[in-house]
Amino acid sequence: MEHNKFTLNIPSKSCNESFARVTVAAFATQLDPTVEEISDIKTSVSEAVTNCSVHAYPDKIGTIYITCEIIKDNTIKIKIRDRGCGIEDVKQAMQPLFTTGGEERAGLGFAVMESMMDSIRVTSRLGKGTTVTMKKKISVKNND
Amino acid sequence: MKINSTGEVLTVYLQGEIDHHSAKGMREEIDSAVNFNMPSLLILDFSEVTFMDSSGIGLVMGRFKNLQKSGAKLNLSNLSDSIYKIMKLAGIDRLATMDKGVTK
Repeated sequence: MEHNKFTLNIPSKSCNESFARVTVAAFATQLDPTVEEISDIKTSVSEAVTNCSVHAYPDKIGTIYITCEIIKDNTIKIKIRDRGCGIEDVKQAMQPLFTTGGEERAGLGFAVMESMMDSIRVTSRLGKGTTVTMKKKISVKNND
Repeated sequence: MKINSTGEVLTVYLQGEIDHHSAKGMREEIDSAVNFNMPSLLILDFSEVTFMDSSGIGLVMGRFKNLQKSGAKLNLSNLSDSIYKIMKLAGIDRLATMDKGVTK
C-alpha cells in the first residue's frame, strides 16, 4: 500500500465528533479493513476528539487538528492535536476510570484507545495543548 | 427513542449513535421515563444503535447509579459484538445483565 495522507481541521463542536470518526474511517477503507477494525478505528477517533471537546476546550470552541497517514506495513497512523489547556499529569489522566469531567463521564477514553489501537502516545503541555498519536496495523487479507 | 412500559418493566429502545453529542439528550429522556414509571427493571435495548463510544458507557453507568437508589435492576439487550466488547472492557457486566443480539 502506497503512502497516503490527509489533514482535517475542525471546530471542537460536539456535532463534529461523528464527522471526524466517519472521515478517518473512510480514509482507512483503502487498507481493506474488517468490520471490526473499522469499528475500532472509529471508536478510538471518537474518544480522542471527544477529549478535545470536553477537556481541551471546556469553555469555548477550539480547533482540532487531525492528520491521518498510511505508513509501512499496512498501518494507519492517526494524530489528533489540540491547542487547549493541556494535561497536568498524563499518566494519571490515562488511568482507567480517572476523569475530571464530572458525573456522567466514564473516564475510559484512553483505555478504549489503548485497547482498540496497537499503540498510543500522548504528549501534552499545560496551557499549550495535547497530541494523541495512535497506530493500527490492518491485517492483510488473502484474496483467492 | 421508543419507550415501552409494561407493569414493573420499562424498556427503552435506543436508536442511532451514542456519543458525547447525543448522550445528554438520551440521558434526559431516559431519566424522565424512569422517574415517571418507577420500574423495578429497566431494559436498554441496543438493536437500533449504530455506534457507541465510552460516552455510552457513562450513560449506562449514570443510569445504573440512579436505579440503585430504588433498588431497580438494569438489563442491556441486543448488544452488537462491538458494543458488547466495549461494555465488557468497562466492566459493565458487573452492574447489569448483558445480552447479545442475534447475528444477522
